Amino acid sequence: MAEFKTEELVLNMGPQHPSTHGVLRLEVILDGELVIDVIPHMGYLHRCFEKHCEAMQYQQIVPYTDRMDYLASMYNNFAYVETMERLLNIEVPERVKYIRIIMGELQRIASHLVALGTFGADIGAMTPFLFVFRDREMILDLFEMTCGARLLYNYMWIGGLSNDIPPNFIQRTLEFLKYFRGSIVELNNLLSFNKIFVERTANVGVLPADTAINFGATGPVLRASGVNWDLRKNQPYSVYDKMDFDVILGTGEKGTLGDCWDRYFVRVKEMEECIKIVEQAIKMLPEGDVKAGLPKRIKPPVGEIFFRVENPRGELGYYIVSDGSLTPTRVKVRAPSFINLTLLPLLCKGHLIADIIANLGSLDIVLGEIDR
Amino acid sequence: MIQFLETLLGNQILAFFVSSVLPLVFIIPFALYAIYAERKVSAFMQDRVGPNRVGPRGLFQTVADILKLMQKEDIVVAKADKPLFVIGPYLIFIGSFTAYAALPFSSQYIGSDLNLGVIFLLAISSLTVPAILMGGWAGNNKYSLYGAMRSVAQMVSYEIPALLSVIVVVMVVGTLSLNEISIKQTGYFWNWYILGGPEFGLQKFLLIPFMLLAFIIFFISSLAEVNRTPFDIPEAESELVGGFHTEYAGMKWAMYMLAEYANMFLVSGVSTALFLGGFQSPFGYLGNTIGLPSLIPFEQLFWFLLKGIILVLVQIWLRWTLPRLRVDQLMTVCWKYLIPFAFINLVIVGIITLL
Repeated sequence: MAEFKTEELVLNMGPQHPSTHGVLRLEVILDGELVIDVIPHMGYLHRCFEKHCEAMQYQQIVPYTDRMDYLASMYNNFAYVETMERLLNIEVPERVKYIRIIMGELQRIASHLVALGTFGADIGAMTPFLFVFRDREMILDLFEMTCGARLLYNYMWIGGLSNDIPPNFIQRTLEFLKYFRGSIVELNNLLSFNKIFVERTANVGVLPADTAINFGATGPVLRASGVNWDLRKNQPYSVYDKMDFDVILGTGEKGTLGDCWDRYFVRVKEMEECIKIVEQAIKMLPEGDVKAGLPKRIKPPVGEIFFRVENPRGELGYYIVSDGSLTPTRVKVRAPSFINLTLLPLLCKGHLIADIIANLGSLDIVLGEIDR
Repeated sequence: MIQFLETLLGNQILAFFVSSVLPLVFIIPFALYAIYAERKVSAFMQDRVGPNRVGPRGLFQTVADILKLMQKEDIVVAKADKPLFVIGPYLIFIGSFTAYAALPFSSQYIGSDLNLGVIFLLAISSLTVPAILMGGWAGNNKYSLYGAMRSVAQMVSYEIPALLSVIVVVMVVGTLSLNEISIKQTGYFWNWYILGGPEFGLQKFLLIPFMLLAFIIFFISSLAEVNRTPFDIPEAESELVGGFHTEYAGMKWAMYMLAEYANMFLVSGVSTALFLGGFQSPFGYLGNTIGLPSLIPFEQLFWFLLKGIILVLVQIWLRWTLPRLRVDQLMTVCWKYLIPFAFINLVIVGIITLL
């Protein structure tokens, strides 16, 4: 009997698609339902961020950094101002450091909530998505109380913050954290250990530890493969060295080490650690000023600096070259989602179409960061 | 019912015609309010409110949606296979609606009292399979074709466990007619087949776990037959945009949705007729206690609709709770779990009935 002739089908999961987390075009080459190759095409959200920076003064760049990873704006600000403060060699007041950590960790919770919710929605469970967004609304209310914005904050400025936290912020945050612990339990009951969800995500997209390191993956993606690397512990910045929390690693309990379920569950557990950090920071919060008395037009010394922080998605790094004038010569951003996305073809080869969605969701990319 | 209509209308043919259109009178308001119920139930489960603007508490929302769909441009995609594109939505509704003829709505009304009711139902509802395939193919769209292929595989595979669990009941009862099966479950709710059947004795108690298993297998297969989550791969919104109905707009899409909801009630109706007592009341009839026997058919209609609607609500509940199964897992569940269990069930029940 003659060999049945089959052809490869090129399917385009186009820039507009319900589950590509932004405008990402995936060119998928299929043999029936099996994936032979996935070629991501990005650039649909390129806004010339790095070129813009060369024409702006250092303080003016802060709102632009918000818009890169729009789901974790506080942390983008954090990374930029930490880098600039090291370039300028200044020390910010203690109160500023603690408030930055509180905001950053609350932002990490919010970002992980979106990641988990959209991941569940892609797999088909639409209800946890709404529960997760309901909890995220409370965090956004806290942020709105502080700086007036819900998504793009422009809160952390070079040398301090734009304004101090309002009087009832601490009390409302503590209330939220108490409520949120129960919310994580609800999420686990509904989604994390659901048999269908586990079957869809366990043993799918297994990422071995050495491959993850070779590709430069960072953040929960790396830690889910068992590699113990978290910049908050390994190269602490701000006052993270005074905080007591655990680094969550993947365990492979539901399947293999480094599969989609591990990447999902690492994020769930990281949220619990964030609660711990915020509570500690609130306890240790000193009084003080929130601005370091810097001039509005900053002239850093000639030189260059590269500094990285632990974004909810991985290591966010800024490389800034200064020639002593008011505007930088070059600002380069090392976006974690960009590097993590390069893993996608490797993870998807040999699996089915539905697994592309699962893998993409577990990598947790934000196109704003990838395209800048 | 036919006689009543004959005396009313004076013409036998007209009586038959009206009697066959009556299920449509039920299906259309049902679909209208099933869509509303789905939106409201899912909203309450997700901590939101759902439609509440159009009409009191949003009750006219679906009417507004239908009006909107009716005034949409009836697009036939440029390179589409025109005959198939046009026939697809009608065929799927035909498959669903024809099967309503064999559903026993009450002791006085059944569309057509076939003495092979069950087989007829399962056979006619397979008309939805080519209809979905037509929808997917004729749209000239890779995504739709994928959805259609998956749907065909799913529906054809899951008919087998469905039929096997139906045969379990048929073996115990001895007749294929749904009307007869419903009539036999008279009395109180412990006479329902899910609890072993009306004949009291050792056989009844031995049968209970196996009838329960048959009910569960039938319910799960029927979820797959109507393409509801966790088996809604064919219309997996986040993967294939719309699946087999991506290329349809306006009333053609509305027909697919109408057929889906009609199908949901159809399989719930079959489940209740077989396992949950059909139109029989669980506690005895109000008509009997107050001495008004002509009330009884209406009571029976009420009970049948109530049980069917409860099962539809369970289907809605499951849709918004569970994630979706992947295609190969769906097939695994069918062929490696449901079918072996259904066969073993069949053999054991066969042995028990022979005793």
